[in-house]
Amino acid sequence: MRGRYLPVAAFAGLIVAIQMATHFTGSGYHLTQLTMSAYYSLLAIGLCLLVGYAGQISLGHAGFFAIGGYITALLTTHDLSSRAGGASRWLAKAGILSFRIDLYGGELLTVHPWVACLVAVLATVGIAYAVGGPVLKLKGHYLAMATLGFGVIIYRIVLGTEFLGAADGISEVPPFAILPGLEVSGKAALRVPNYYLAWGLVIAGMVLLLNLIHSREGRALSSIHGAEDAAEAMGIPTARYKLSAFALSAAFAGLAGVLLTHYNGGIGPSEASVMKSVRYVAIVAIGGMANLWGTLLMSLLLNYLSLRGYFGTYDDAVFGAILILIMLFAPGGLLRRDLLEEVRDVFRGNGEKAS
Amino acid sequence: MKLLSVRGVSKRFGGLQALEDVSFDVPQGAIKALIGPNGAGKTTLFNLISGFLRPDQGSVVFGGTEVLGLAPHQIAARGMARTFQQIRLFPRMTVLENILVGRHLHSRGGFLACMLNLPFTRKEERGIRETGSEILDFLGLSGQADAEAVHLPYGQQRMVELGRALACEPRILLLDEPAAGLNIRETAEMGRLISRIRGRNVTVLLVEHDMSLVMDISDDIVVLSYGQKIAEDKAHAIQKDPEVIRVYLGEGDA
Amino acid sequence: MNPDLFFQYVVAGITYGTIYAVVAIGFNIIYNATGIINFAQGEFVMLGGMTAVTLSRFLPLPVAILGAVAVTTVIGAVIDILFIRWLRGPSVLRMIIITIGVSILVREAALHVWGESVRALPYFTGTSVTSIKMGNVYISPQVLWVVGVSAVAVVALSAFFNYTMLGRQMRACAANRDAARLCGISAKNMVTLSFMLSAGIGAIGGAVVCPITYVQYDSGTPLAIKGFTVAILGGIGNSAAAVGAGMILGILESFSIWVLPAAYKEVISISLLLLILFIRPSGIFGSAEEARLKEF
Repeated sequence: MRGRYLPVAAFAGLIVAIQMATHFTGSGYHLTQLTMSAYYSLLAIGLCLLVGYAGQISLGHAGFFAIGGYITALLTTHDLSSRAGGASRWLAKAGILSFRIDLYGGELLTVHPWVACLVAVLATVGIAYAVGGPVLKLKGHYLAMATLGFGVIIYRIVLGTEFLGAADGISEVPPFAILPGLEVSGKAALRVPNYYLAWGLVIAGMVLLLNLIHSREGRALSSIHGAEDAAEAMGIPTARYKLSAFALSAAFAGLAGVLLTHYNGGIGPSEASVMKSVRYVAIVAIGGMANLWGTLLMSLLLNYLSLRGYFGTYDDAVFGAILILIMLFAPGGLLRRDLLEEVRDVFRGNGEKAS
Repeated sequence: MKLLSVRGVSKRFGGLQALEDVSFDVPQGAIKALIGPNGAGKTTLFNLISGFLRPDQGSVVFGGTEVLGLAPHQIAARGMARTFQQIRLFPRMTVLENILVGRHLHSRGGFLACMLNLPFTRKEERGIRETGSEILDFLGLSGQADAEAVHLPYGQQRMVELGRALACEPRILLLDEPAAGLNIRETAEMGRLISRIRGRNVTVLLVEHDMSLVMDISDDIVVLSYGQKIAEDKAHAIQKDPEVIRVYLGEGDA
Repeated sequence: MNPDLFFQYVVAGITYGTIYAVVAIGFNIIYNATGIINFAQGEFVMLGGMTAVTLSRFLPLPVAILGAVAVTTVIGAVIDILFIRWLRGPSVLRMIIITIGVSILVREAALHVWGESVRALPYFTGTSVTSIKMGNVYISPQVLWVVGVSAVAVVALSAFFNYTMLGRQMRACAANRDAARLCGISAKNMVTLSFMLSAGIGAIGGAVVCPITYVQYDSGTPLAIKGFTVAILGGIGNSAAAVGAGMILGILESFSIWVLPAAYKEVISISLLLLILFIRPSGIFGSAEEARLKEF
């Protein structure tokens, strides 16, 4: 038990140390990319549960991220004041709708971010259940292709739909006031609180997932990976478990999409692209598949480097290359003590037969 | 009292009649063996009983209710555990964790409760682990608790699989060739283990090729050949059955 | 809709359908040899088109196309040798991720070599407005080139598999790798060959169709998904059925513009993919029993 939370404390220390370092070196602007990395990491650790532990690949998680982001963007920017009847005034009073002033001084009546967030996450989970039901009956290549297909459908829909902004996406998404004085937004003055809020959420997510994988439910998920028939024989309803893991990882993705959209003040179709989905899987793979900590650290590092533009025009190529190198030489991931052993195994030819 | 009752089960794969009108009963508390030459349909029959395959005809009544048409996990929940001819241990899990998965049916914590690590799931987890270590003791594998299961020697992997099935506390245990690939010493040990299982109030149905093991531990034997039941009797009587000697023992498989 | 317009839609559908069938056959060749679905399959088509456009600047068109096919075939071999050949018993998950990684690398390499611009070969006969009158309708000669060349390629391929020693060895390997090895056939070489054939036929398709559809560094992924849809629709591994399935998808997609804006064209075909996977993963021409035996 103590062993489980010690790394969490160490990681929290790392997050504080990073913030301190940027503070004392006067490079606070790094926190912007680090905050964005946090939201992508939220998606990555959720996906790690699905791909790494339950062994179900998804090449469509950028789709769930985009569903969350687009729903909140649409709800919080779509002006309802022209239709302001008695009902909307009542809804405004109940806190479901809220008035705000737009950039040009006009008054807007939109859905309150809290409500939008709730709707977005619930819708993401609902769609995950609807899609996951049939999709997760598939295995291997079929599952990969079906989830890829789902991702492309979402991408094409957001790219081709006028009221979702088509190629431009949705901009001018308002800040999300979580608590009085704490709002999710990209304002420079709020950089530090936003950084801590984002990584605080990631850490909370980690605690939840760590608890899960060390429980009977986590073991049930892991048992599906590699020996599904044996898991059934142990009385584990594998279909239901796969679906739950899929929905949970979609919830993480949807929430990440919502928050990053408020943080960036907008969302565009590139967030739904296939390459994004592949990137998330790459991060899980590089982190070592069934390795939440590996996934989190790799996500922090790679997303940060990528967002700061260190990979230049080779951004996608870098992810592709790392992905291949890992899968060829260290399919168990990088953060392992027996890494050298594994590389030697690859060359000696002790291929894995299972799964 | 009949715990398991197989009635008129038939299964066809394309042009192959894998099983034809097979019926037999397994009484409560018995150790019953299913023997027959390769391709006789033994594993197919196991898969039908445990829900991994659907028969074309027939019925399987377990503990008084029809289980045919239920999913494997539903049948498992009614108290049936099984092992596989080709060992199916969970990779990337330790020996203990493999056993712990077997406690799934005897614990209740859901996704949310486990994520929040609620007090009742913590208590439950302690119980799961206690039973797990007790089973490791029973198998004599306590020393290997933290080893990765799929890296153990073959004989011990079979034991872990058996232990995992025992952790389910089944009413009936289906063992598919528990001694396959084991050496003489390991086979004898496996035999002793299966006999001791009876002491845990578990009924056993096993498929096995090793005749000395079958004769040693089983009460009754059913003989299958080409998908049909050709004999069913006490162990000592089966050895004298001319038909069995012809199709089975005559082929030099004993 | 008047009959002429209707027919134009059918023709457009057949053109696209042919390419989908070519991609599907590429999938099948590698699948039959290895049991792998090569997610980089669409990239071969893109490479064929791109290379042909580049070569056509200094070479006569037919030579440029042959050159493009040769180059892509070599790339196919290189991909197998670098990333697949030496792995022993890799898991399905690992293979999926590796071929996806390969597709990203090929696409990014194409981006750096050719940039983002959209390219096309000139029409083989006449120009984009030339047309041949068939009955009441006009068909671009390029459509005939696409269908004709692809048909020849498919027939040649099937002759190769049925009548040549090497082709038979490949089929033997696909049917039973161990037995084939006992007969002295190198399974590894057969896999390399399957990557070359699959790349080659993809490149042919890519070259002949690019005057109509144009080609860009990222045209591969959608083609891969649709080609896979067709492969599944026909029953994976079944190339004859893939041709029919390709026509079905092409025509369906072409008529979908009727119902939905063109931006959603891909949504239609991918929804079809999901639908088939959900309802009948063995394909409309394949048998369900057989598909289950293939153990995906």
